[in-house]
Amino acid sequence: MTRRYSALSLFKEGLAGQTGWKQAWRSPEPQSSYDAIVIGGGGHGLATAYYLAKNHNIARVAVLEKGWIGGGNTGRNTTVVRSNYYYPESVELYGLAHRLYEGLSKDLNYNVMLSQRGMVNLCHSTAEMEVGARTVNAMQINGIDAELFSPEDVRRVAPIYNFSPDARFPVFGGIWQGRAGTARHDAVAWGYARAASRLGVDIIQNCEISDFIIEGGRCRGVQTTRGAIRSERIGMAVAGHSSMLAAKAGFRLPINSYALQACVSEPVKPILDTVVLSPGTGVYVSQSDKGEIVIGGGLDRIPSYAQRGNLPTLETVIAGLLEMFPIFGQLKLMRQWAGIVDVVPDSSPIIGESPLPNLFLNCGWGTGGFKAIPAGGTLLANLLATGKHNDISRPFDLDRFASGRLIDEAAGSGIAH
Amino acid sequence: MQLFPCPFCGPRDETEFHYGGDAGNARPDGADVPVDRWTNYLYLRSNPKGAAREVWVHMNCGEFFVMERDTLTHKVLSSADLGGGHAA
Repeated sequence: MTRRYSALSLFKEGLAGQTGWKQAWRSPEPQSSYDAIVIGGGGHGLATAYYLAKNHNIARVAVLEKGWIGGGNTGRNTTVVRSNYYYPESVELYGLAHRLYEGLSKDLNYNVMLSQRGMVNLCHSTAEMEVGARTVNAMQINGIDAELFSPEDVRRVAPIYNFSPDARFPVFGGIWQGRAGTARHDAVAWGYARAASRLGVDIIQNCEISDFIIEGGRCRGVQTTRGAIRSERIGMAVAGHSSMLAAKAGFRLPINSYALQACVSEPVKPILDTVVLSPGTGVYVSQSDKGEIVIGGGLDRIPSYAQRGNLPTLETVIAGLLEMFPIFGQLKLMRQWAGIVDVVPDSSPIIGESPLPNLFLNCGWGTGGFKAIPAGGTLLANLLATGKHNDISRPFDLDRFASGRLIDEAAGSGIAH
Repeated sequence: MQLFPCPFCGPRDETEFHYGGDAGNARPDGADVPVDRWTNYLYLRSNPKGAAREVWVHMNCGEFFVMERDTLTHKVLSSADLGGGHAA
């Protein structure tokens, strides 16, 4: 029976005809009460459960997922991991996530296929280069690796970009983060699920929340499609559906839900070994380990809960892709899809206690939740375990909207929403 | 391409429209508006899944109007002008 994944276990299982592999995580019946409940079996929810057990020794934890784990935005993003943000608060947050990602495969004993192939945010004009230099300076001062690229540097890492003299978006340089890259998104969900389950966490799929149990003004559990489950500590990490759960709990959030599309081409031979983002087209591109060109763009600007995109946005994205890489004009698109993202006015997440005591929030990641999964999990676990913020999560509390102390990364690092 | 009905111009491409927020989100008036009312007005949103009542602007004619829409199916239920210049 193989429990730990290693080269040796792979070899042994090869000899044994692959008969000893165990189910990666248990699927138990829900108990009637837990020390903590996490709503949402995506990356953030599963990571929260894992860090509750690992960092805080709280293992009587249930993760409640209405569908299947990793089936929401965790399985729908473009898998980019980076921490090229502007404000010190954001650097602390995304820097933590980035560092944890670097040790994640070892920590979870599960290969999340982190590939630090670097990412370049292009600058298309002299003015953008000045802003780029400001961003690079800010990142370096905050202790994050960053480099200001010349056009020659960009040509070195992305030679197939459109460098022709009549290009609509010429390259004046770029912001380079060498530690950025991609990770296998499903593996992040599965790895956290397996590691959490091994520490005693119950992962309960096909279990939708119908209501919160509220007694004495506090949240004391949830009503689900699989019965009532009680706990004094409930965390929610449900991305685009946060407003719906908030409505059941009796409060509103500063969130609008939009569809964010992505698409992949057929697999081709290796041609692009870095992540390229063009603010001019709003498009970013990488090549997966399987060879697919992975393409992401801007939001569909129509508030939506439909997990599919609208055609005009897809047309804009593809037009931008071909402007950046005319060579991709021959590619065939294989799949297109959308996830529902929770967009906040300052493009920064919300982490903290909700207006309903005992209920804690991890939401508002907008288009950038995947890269933050290890940090989102660590911080929500800390809140659930201690009831208190730490220095990293404190600035991201919901109270910043009343106090006006926003962390505006749309202005800071040019997030396009 | 979805068509949205502008009450002034008729059905037009969705790309000609811009979302303007929840309908009925009236700006607080007066000198001593408490912080939570400002927060409500400026930031907090209903963000419903299903039937929604929203303010939109048709950027070609520049008119604001109220559109009732389903945010899950994207079906448009109605659209109407704001009526007499009053806040929606």
